[in-house]
Amino acid sequence: MATLEIRNLHVSVETEQGTKEILRGVDLTVRSGETHAIMGPNGSGKSTLAYSIAGHPKYTVTEGTVTLDGEDVLAMSVDERARAGVFLAMQYPVEVPGVTVSNFLRTAKTAIDGQAPKLRTWVKDVKNAMTELKIDPAFAERNVNEGFSGGEKKRFEILQMELLKPSVAILDETDSGLDVDALRIVSEGVNRVIASGDVGCLLITHYTRILRYIKPQFVHVFVNGRVVEEGGPELADELEENGYDRFLAAAGAAAETGAVEQVDQVTVEPANA
Amino acid sequence: MAVELKKPPVAGGVTPLATKKPGADQAHTDSGATFVPDQSRAERTRSFDLDAFPVPNGREEDWRFTPVKELADLFQPAPTEGEKYRQDVNAPAGVKTSKVPADDERLGQVGTPGDRAAAVAWNAKDQATIVKIPSGTELGEAVRVVLTASDEARINRHVLIEAGHHSKAIVALTHEGSARLTGNVEISAGDGADLTVVTIQEWDDEAVQLDQHDILVGRDARVRHIAITLGGKVVRLSTNVRYAGPGGSVECLGVYFTDAGQHQEHRLFVDHEPVHCTSNVEYRGALQGDGAHSVWVGDVLIRAAAHATDTYELNRNLVLTDGARADSVPNLEIETGEIVGAGHASATGRFDDEQLFYLQARGIPEHEARRLVVHGFFAGIINRIGLPGTQAHLMARIEKELADSIDSAFEPAAAATR
Repeated sequence: MATLEIRNLHVSVETEQGTKEILRGVDLTVRSGETHAIMGPNGSGKSTLAYSIAGHPKYTVTEGTVTLDGEDVLAMSVDERARAGVFLAMQYPVEVPGVTVSNFLRTAKTAIDGQAPKLRTWVKDVKNAMTELKIDPAFAERNVNEGFSGGEKKRFEILQMELLKPSVAILDETDSGLDVDALRIVSEGVNRVIASGDVGCLLITHYTRILRYIKPQFVHVFVNGRVVEEGGPELADELEENGYDRFLAAAGAAAETGAVEQVDQVTVEPANA
Repeated sequence: MAVELKKPPVAGGVTPLATKKPGADQAHTDSGATFVPDQSRAERTRSFDLDAFPVPNGREEDWRFTPVKELADLFQPAPTEGEKYRQDVNAPAGVKTSKVPADDERLGQVGTPGDRAAAVAWNAKDQATIVKIPSGTELGEAVRVVLTASDEARINRHVLIEAGHHSKAIVALTHEGSARLTGNVEISAGDGADLTVVTIQEWDDEAVQLDQHDILVGRDARVRHIAITLGGKVVRLSTNVRYAGPGGSVECLGVYFTDAGQHQEHRLFVDHEPVHCTSNVEYRGALQGDGAHSVWVGDVLIRAAAHATDTYELNRNLVLTDGARADSVPNLEIETGEIVGAGHASATGRFDDEQLFYLQARGIPEHEARRLVVHGFFAGIINRIGLPGTQAHLMARIEKELADSIDSAFEPAAAATR
């Protein structure tokens, strides 16, 4: 049983125009066994949330906390986070030339478990997982993500998730760029992991179509760097119907309110000082 | 900066090259070279006569990166110190190997010295080794030419590798110990031959090697030339490729691991004249430590007659620590527009942060992730040698160089990247 708690998370990134705040106070709790969908329009900061939790050096956390079972995730290095149980299925998996899939999987599994997997069961586990995801066994000897198609890369991400058995899995737009067949295969893989009951799943998506295959209990609408509305699966249906317009309009109004709050704080500050 | 250059565009200097029509300016260089004495690469002096090459002072275009002050003795002829070295040829049945006198008329047919050091070697050699693979012979195992030297042995070496038409062979030249060597290696691939020549430099720290390899590619022949430079104080290897007929293809691959105080220089010149020939040059190097200096110069000339040429050159350098310097100079001269393709790319940088992030995000600790990336960087070339035992040996050697330094030397590099 694991719990990922995100509290008031503010994250900024350095751009050519200077520092830009992307996450503006995210609150979210994910427990193992739960599946959460984070839905939002392009540029709302969904991917930033995913990469910030995983610890990508490009993003700077300026405020807030992320804890996993009370442990301070933000104090951990990228690999420590992974060993603590955080898994990020990336939207754009990276090619690692000269490192074979089988070597990579075994090295990662050894790092996560703290010991090398038992050879016989491991080979079988890898083979079975590859078969279920319809990954050609020849991929084991290919270099990580090198020359993989978009769909192959996404299936390989899910393969890793199945084998590494994280306690919190963040899937960053895993559905993007997939045709219907690939989407179904990938979704089945995710559902197998969810069915184990051991993982808390954070499904980040722009579209609702993956939710036909993976059923979240919680849906969060993400606009302008924060969660603006939360609900159950019915919220996804509404988004399917009406898109993000209502939330975008509300966010515009909220941004103005936010400006007023800012002024209030400024007036308070001298008293504190 | 991104190091991975598989798919342009990546920051770091992929230069897409427009092909030029005849009549356009003759030379194209984007090397930042300050001094180009010749109008074309083809005009550079080649001669068996020592006096044709003045003693280099380091200001010449082809010597400007080289520490010539340390090489003064090798610019003057001196006899080979035969008692301090041995060169053994281990060849499978069917291969004819022979030691011949210096004036054997078969020598000098493929290559002509292109600099002072090669001319010294030519004039000072006391003998030569000829390895002949008969026509139509396919060798099941490699020919190994093993040079072992000690006590900074002065060596003027000459090797001729002759692969008969439609033969298939791998020839591996290895260099170990301590020497001050000048040399010429002539490589001739007959029509339709499939020849791989691997030259492995695993010298001790004080060794110096100034070597020239000339390759003549027969009609429809395929030649692979692979240079692996791991040791030595100064190693300078000039590889020149010419085609004897149409349809030839050449792959020049290289790997170097340049440590503190080492100078490793690889110069290539591919001269395209017959039609329908291809060349692909790919050199990868890693550098670590103070004063580590690598030089890669890749010249390609596509002459006016060389229609349907297809050529590409790539040099990638992975700078692992501060204090190392990589010079990388691709040059492309194109005298005809009737070609399939011509391009080059050069990238020198630190670790690719995205690769490291990906590996770390799977729980792999940073130092191990770095080791994997460097391993992969080199394996991409080493695994193409075609000799599993040699490949394993070289990867193990590279692993050791990495392991020696990975925790101490790599961490400052990481800090500097952030």
